Amino acid sequence: MKTSAFLTDSTLCIGCKACEVACKEWNDVPPDFTEWRGLSYDNTWALSARTWRHVMFVEGVPEIGKGGNDPATMAWGLLSDVCKHCEVAGCLEACPTGALVRTEFNSVYLQPDVCNGCGYCVVSCPFGVVAKDPVDGRAFKCTFCYDRQKADLMPACAKVCPTQSIQFGELEELRDRAQQRITELQDRGVSDASIYDPLDTSVAGTHAIFIVRGEQKAYNLPPNPEVPTTYLKSAWTSAAVAAGALLVGTMIAFLGAGGRKV
Amino acid sequence: MTDIVRSRPEFSSELEKEQRLTLIQREAAALVPSEARVAIASAERGYYELPLLKEPTWTWEIPVYLFIGGAAGTASVIAGIARLTGASPKLVRDARRICLTGAVLSPALLISDLGRPERFLAMLRVFKPQSPMSMGVWILMGFSAATSAANLGARLRARSVFPGLAAVLETVGDVTALVFGLPFASYTGVLIGATVIPVWNCNAALLPAHFLVSGLGASVGTLELAGNDAPALQWLGLGAAAVETAVGVAIEQETNPAEAPLKRGSSGWLIRLGGVLSGPIPLALRTASLFMKPKRAMKLRKYAAVSSVVGSAITRVAWIHAGHVSARESRP
Repeated sequence: MKTSAFLTDSTLCIGCKACEVACKEWNDVPPDFTEWRGLSYDNTWALSARTWRHVMFVEGVPEIGKGGNDPATMAWGLLSDVCKHCEVAGCLEACPTGALVRTEFNSVYLQPDVCNGCGYCVVSCPFGVVAKDPVDGRAFKCTFCYDRQKADLMPACAKVCPTQSIQFGELEELRDRAQQRITELQDRGVSDASIYDPLDTSVAGTHAIFIVRGEQKAYNLPPNPEVPTTYLKSAWTSAAVAAGALLVGTMIAFLGAGGRKV
Repeated sequence: MTDIVRSRPEFSSELEKEQRLTLIQREAAALVPSEARVAIASAERGYYELPLLKEPTWTWEIPVYLFIGGAAGTASVIAGIARLTGASPKLVRDARRICLTGAVLSPALLISDLGRPERFLAMLRVFKPQSPMSMGVWILMGFSAATSAANLGARLRARSVFPGLAAVLETVGDVTALVFGLPFASYTGVLIGATVIPVWNCNAALLPAHFLVSGLGASVGTLELAGNDAPALQWLGLGAAAVETAVGVAIEQETNPAEAPLKRGSSGWLIRLGGVLSGPIPLALRTASLFMKPKRAMKLRKYAAVSSVVGSAITRVAWIHAGHVSARESRP
């Protein structure tokens, strides 16, 4: 099976938000709240039910040579965030209706006509991506432009990106390309660039990988995202032990003390 | 946005420009700690100190459902075993009524949370063992059907309508309700434990047992308040209060930073309030009642009962609230 993927390179992003606009237009995503954050042009703050691409403006100390030569403007690390389409997806495992499915492109697709708005995927996403629309009542997230991919078109955000910051392709190929890019950047003296691709975690890698400079955590990229199914064993064991104890305890209480009046 | 746009000075030479840059650099560095409006990203703060995770989206119905489910699930165990051991018929009847109340209210609460009845039905097209939400729906369905059958059978038998069939319905219903009631009382702990919310998942092994015992306190309390004074209930009440006391002590001794919402702020105090009402207070009252004359003892047991029921409800609200706090405080 072909694994579609995004490589989002923050070193190329100019923060134009064409990806956000294209995503909204192609997918008919309704408007989100808008409020400026920090000193930046970030007005949606995070991915949400109505924001499937989110350009982050990670503010750093103005540093000559790295941008932000005016103290009133920051040195921005720009990154277009998106659903990670995890290899082992928490939302997909949690969904009780089968609304979330794995597509033929290995992406995680939420079928809005099946979703019942239970909100369990919301608390099962280690990246805080899936969200419930407060008006509609159902959950929404990036579709990886499933409809476009079926028609052999690249996702809307990748198509419009003017700097190739968002690249679309086959996962392994993009992993190679990311590695090449890091080498290239190092050759140019950019030593703090790294790839975000949490392979050695319980999500077993993501289908949206990123290149960022500096601290990955500053981009709200968790170093150790966890699929909540890892907790199932201990939780069900607890439930079984407690159930057994209750059964035995109740039996002892009724046989020992009696169920009739004193 | 106007404060960002600043007029820039004119420069006469490159050197002047370079000096200007050094000036800006110094000015900027000085600006960072003193001026709070400048948000500087760091590994500790994450992105603008915005939470990494999304808050739970559940409405007030869900903590109520967790409470009712716990009481109803454990009541089915009491009903089943009480009947098996020949306890008083009133006790069996009352326990079954708690089950039926839970069976009727639970889907209603879930539908109310989802918004429309057909959204509940969407869950009945899938059976998914790895999803506690899916398993829970099926457990609830089995429990509802079984306890409805038991209640119907008992009613029919009392009125001597199809007595043979009624007795079968009652017995099969009771046993099946017990089988489904056990997971019904505890699965809600799995439901919130197996999520990404730190304060919930670091207690994944505690929550199912905690919720089941808390539910037992609530069902025993409700039965006592309904006028049942079987000594077995006293034993179960003592057991539940003792376990809840131990859980409270264990929570207080946690040092993991992810557990912080259980110990401070509004969620911390709610957890403590629920814990004290479910643990030490009923434990003390019940222990004291052991050394008293029956009438006075029953009075103390009823106080303990009220404390346990209220404590159990507060415990569910507190855990959900702690989950919200935990999500808000989540950083990468």
